[in-house]
Amino acid sequence: MLAYLIRRLLISIPLLLGILVLSFVMLKLAPGEPGVIQQDLQARATGAQRETLRQLYGLDKPIYVQFGRWLWRVVRLDFGRSYSPDGRAALDKIAERIPITLGLNVLELLIIFSVAVPLGILSATRQYSAFDKSMTLFVFVGFATPDFWLALLLMILFGVQLGWLPMSGLRSLNFEYLDFWAQVWDVLSHLILPVLVASFGGLAYLSRLMRGSLLEVVRQDYIRTARAKGLPEGDVIYKHAVRNAVIPVVTLLGMMLPGLLGGSVFIETVFAIPGMGQLFVQSAFSRDEPVLMALIVIGASLSLLGNILADISYGLVDPRIRVSGREAR
Amino acid sequence: MARPALRRSVFWRQFRKNQLAVCGGAVVLVMTLAALFASALAPYDPGAYDVTQILMPPGLAHWLGTDQIGRDVLSRMLYGARISMAVGFVSVGIAVGVGTLIGTVAAYYGGRVDEVLMRFVDLMLNFPRLFLLLTLIALLRPSIWVIMAVIGLTGWMGLARLVRGEILSLKEREFVLSARALGARDPRIMFHHILPNALVPVLVSATLGVAGAILAESGLSFLGLGVQPPTPSWGNILIEGKANIEIAWWLSVFPGLAILVTVLAYNLLGEGLRDALDPRLRQ
Repeated sequence: MLAYLIRRLLISIPLLLGILVLSFVMLKLAPGEPGVIQQDLQARATGAQRETLRQLYGLDKPIYVQFGRWLWRVVRLDFGRSYSPDGRAALDKIAERIPITLGLNVLELLIIFSVAVPLGILSATRQYSAFDKSMTLFVFVGFATPDFWLALLLMILFGVQLGWLPMSGLRSLNFEYLDFWAQVWDVLSHLILPVLVASFGGLAYLSRLMRGSLLEVVRQDYIRTARAKGLPEGDVIYKHAVRNAVIPVVTLLGMMLPGLLGGSVFIETVFAIPGMGQLFVQSAFSRDEPVLMALIVIGASLSLLGNILADISYGLVDPRIRVSGREAR
Repeated sequence: MARPALRRSVFWRQFRKNQLAVCGGAVVLVMTLAALFASALAPYDPGAYDVTQILMPPGLAHWLGTDQIGRDVLSRMLYGARISMAVGFVSVGIAVGVGTLIGTVAAYYGGRVDEVLMRFVDLMLNFPRLFLLLTLIALLRPSIWVIMAVIGLTGWMGLARLVRGEILSLKEREFVLSARALGARDPRIMFHHILPNALVPVLVSATLGVAGAILAESGLSFLGLGVQPPTPSWGNILIEGKANIEIAWWLSVFPGLAILVTVLAYNLLGEGLRDALDPRLRQ
């Protein structure tokens, strides 16, 4: 297992390096040089002053030197200071938001997994039943529903018409004056709509996958053997089939992290949740390059980490993988 | 492969059996026509505001209501359909071009080339796509061309993998070997003999890709980083919907419904095409 783990981590080093190279290329693709643009606004800046600025930012050096310097700073997690008026370090601005976004994402993953697997099992064991057909419909609609629109609809229904749930933020204004249980309910009630909306698409996807995976497993010989030796159908499905069918679903769970992280952009914007996604949109509007670069590097690294965790969990649930590795795809 | 007419009729018979796919195709056709003839169909000028008709609920004069400066929502949605369709087609065109090229080259040359290109695909897939889109658009400034380009350039990876797999299985077949034995060169073998046979999965994937691109555009416009007002797009009408969520439900409901129906239609059409065109799935 340890060898497998080390090999898996080694494979991801070039990927991480690639993420950094690609991010740097994007930064350089942008028209206009950072810093110099600000200076352009000041018409009185002389050519010499501009040159000083270019030297200050290292823009007069060859591109590989610039990349080397940038890389060295990024490795030490120094992404520079935000261009926004507060001028805080980009990393600090993001660090305080990561727990919110990741917390929501993990919560969504848990909900998706614990709801999608039973739904998938029910559709597969009742293939072509009314339930299975309505699930198929749900899957197609789930794929096609923009999550920001679903969020608006639920806000109109539960926030405006019924007035049951709050529509934005993570806590109410009077949070501090509430007693403990009221505080718990306050946070939970703020989370219900965002988590529901964010889980919707993934739920459709994963339940479909679970259904397909189980349908494939029940055609295998060992299932026929289990039935032939007279095991009750419940034992055949839940003790033999589901355990095997769930393996590919577990891996895909980890691969859903990039999608969920991206989805946070909409969810956090619509529901005014102060997470990474909201910061991303704000930084994109103000073209805050240090923060954008930090966000994309951190976001991609988190996805990479999700994939590694998925691979490790795959190795844990399926002994065959540990032995042979995944290179033989 | 021998008799195209026969193959086509088999395809039609298979496709027609799938009622959902036929419905999807019909909706796609209607939406495309609506987009093409938006200027003739729209009851009002999409940019004309009328301060006496602000935030009118759906009624006889304005079927889908009006927005906060009194513009007709139906007219704006018809023009918005143009944006959605144009972004859908052009960006998928870019994605198909890039994906097919990279997949073909990787599969055909194999070895180191394949290794490098496929690692690049892995790399691109590791970025949350929306983060990539937002960063590129923020750095390049939003315009409809930038949006088409970045949606296309961040959406080709699945296609590249698909084409590569398809070609790997094709390139050892007898008809390719015989073409090579007859002295055909690499590009001719690739574009004349192999690619046409890999077209079916590409077509299916492209149809599904249009759905994804329409979703991506509407999402970007909803965030305010897509098609810029006053040009109407389904996504940016929804921004107004959010701003007036407590008083004007129609601004939120109808554009989203249009996105949902269109995306659903393309998905159903794509799935139907896959079932009808792929003989392996047929009994």
